[in-house]
Amino acid sequence: MKYIRQFGIILGVTCAGEACRYLIPLPVPAGIYGLLILLALLAFKVIRLEQVKEAGTFLIEIMPVMFIPAAAGLVTSWEQISGIVLPLCVIVPFTTCFVMFAAGKATDYMIEKKKGKRDE
Amino acid sequence: MNDFFLNSAAAGVVLSLASYFIGTEIKRRWKWPVLNPLLISIVLVIGFLLLFRVDYDAYNGSARYLSYLLTPATVSLAVPLYQQMELLKKNMAAVCIGILSGVLASLCSVLALAALFRLSHEEYVTLLPKSITTAIGIGVSEELGGYVVITTAVIIVTGVLGNMTAEQLCRVFRIKHAISKGIAIGSASHAIGTAKAMEMGEVEGAMSSLAIVISGVCTVAGAAVFAGLY
Repeated sequence: MKYIRQFGIILGVTCAGEACRYLIPLPVPAGIYGLLILLALLAFKVIRLEQVKEAGTFLIEIMPVMFIPAAAGLVTSWEQISGIVLPLCVIVPFTTCFVMFAAGKATDYMIEKKKGKRDE
Repeated sequence: MNDFFLNSAAAGVVLSLASYFIGTEIKRRWKWPVLNPLLISIVLVIGFLLLFRVDYDAYNGSARYLSYLLTPATVSLAVPLYQQMELLKKNMAAVCIGILSGVLASLCSVLALAALFRLSHEEYVTLLPKSITTAIGIGVSEELGGYVVITTAVIIVTGVLGNMTAEQLCRVFRIKHAISKGIAIGSASHAIGTAKAMEMGEVEGAMSSLAIVISGVCTVAGAAVFAGLY
């Protein structure tokens, strides 16, 4: 029963996210609105962590599996991609590495800088 | 086989889960970074569909119940994020600057490479949202007049690539702090990468979830500006 209630709360928030998606004309998906709504509910203590924790953790744990159907759908888009597949083979790996490098190093730098200030 | 898949409510789910299980077993036995469970399972599912001539739509008829859980799972990312709230407040500036750097790096590198390969404007805007989560990326691509199918494919490949290489890249780039690793992974490879960040640690996972949200929203604005540059 506990898990059903937890899952129910998460689905309720998902539904609220879908309502936002329906009402606000921005290309922001329901999941992102839902995430922000759940975070606000937790932060303002409307919902306690124990009321969603196990079901939420379970959903996050099995998340990789949820990407398999969409990724297998790549077979259906092959024809459209084949025209620019060569540039893609360079662009996709390069930008992925570059973004990881830029974001990670910038965050590291800022954390170190703050730490340095505190030590002085 | 195709008929069976068309009429089954479980076959697609079972095929996906079984492939993922095989993927984790292979990963456990050989421990090679390239042997990513997600990648293995995608290859297995595609191989199965081609070998037994099962239409993707027949497979997805039941496999979509897995995709259905994706929205509630995204909502659930609020849980680890909430648990790291204190850490986040303390490092707010670093986190914001880190994510913004990631967004700019993504947009600039796509711009530079699009010019290098002489892509058309449509192909360029198709690639602009490649680092953000699928649902936002599709919206951006559509709005700017890109090819949505290619955007979806590129976003998924980017995610899987991030999921495969995140641990090694963080080491190679000498990204030190757990916060920075999470921000790097979420900014570069959205939710699929975040699945990996979750395995690496609680802080990594929470920061990666946050990076999906902020980089996604920033890219909506940034891509609109960058679309006018090429």
